[in-house]
Amino acid sequence: MISIQNQDFSIADEYAALRHRAGDAGAIVTFTGLVREVYDVPAEGSESAAVSSLFLEHYPGMTEKCLQEIQQQAEAKWPLLATRIIHRVGELHGKDQIVLVATASAHRLAAFEAAEFIMDYLKSKAPFWKQQKTATSSVWVESRDSDKAAIERWQDS
Amino acid sequence: MLRIQYFASIRETLGRSDEELELPAQVGSVQDLIDHLLGVNPSFQRVFSAQNMVLTAVNQTVVDLDHPISENDEVAFFPPMTGG
Repeated sequence: MISIQNQDFSIADEYAALRHRAGDAGAIVTFTGLVREVYDVPAEGSESAAVSSLFLEHYPGMTEKCLQEIQQQAEAKWPLLATRIIHRVGELHGKDQIVLVATASAHRLAAFEAAEFIMDYLKSKAPFWKQQKTATSSVWVESRDSDKAAIERWQDS
Repeated sequence: MLRIQYFASIRETLGRSDEELELPAQVGSVQDLIDHLLGVNPSFQRVFSAQNMVLTAVNQTVVDLDHPISENDEVAFFPPMTGG
């Protein structure tokens, strides 16, 4: 189950719903991504600036399609009993929750690996773009090579 | 009509989020469409420049430059994704 939404989410509510859907699961992994207040990738020549807000843009239609595909790929690779993906869009602030990935399986290894796989794909294969806004500037976040490398490790398995 | 959408830094550079275009006769692929856009509007030179990586989606799937373009396709240009 996937959602793209402006509003915040409750881990407790999502966990309870997933646990209910997951039937006889022996393991549930939840991952939450948060907005950090300071970025470690400042614009060239500038010092790391405190981020006053983060704007998340997406491609309505394609983003939903990509999340469905990522979920289906995870379900094809691991024996998952239930999956939940929430990605927020719009304006977010320091310490806000951005993303939730939760996976349920009979055993922990599948749940851990599937959650990592889904996050790695969300980072650079789903059409979301982050813009950092400080008091004086707004800068589109550059994609990271480390995120691309994170995907490649799944491609031979 | 071809529908073209622009996202993130590309949307900002062009100052628009989408447009519709009658498919020109010589446009058969993504590369042809980019060449056409560069010809009709110089502001595209700031988008499709050597230092920018631009991804293209046709009908909501990321494709290569030689992917065919047909009448009524939904085309989108955007920078590498930075979600999560």
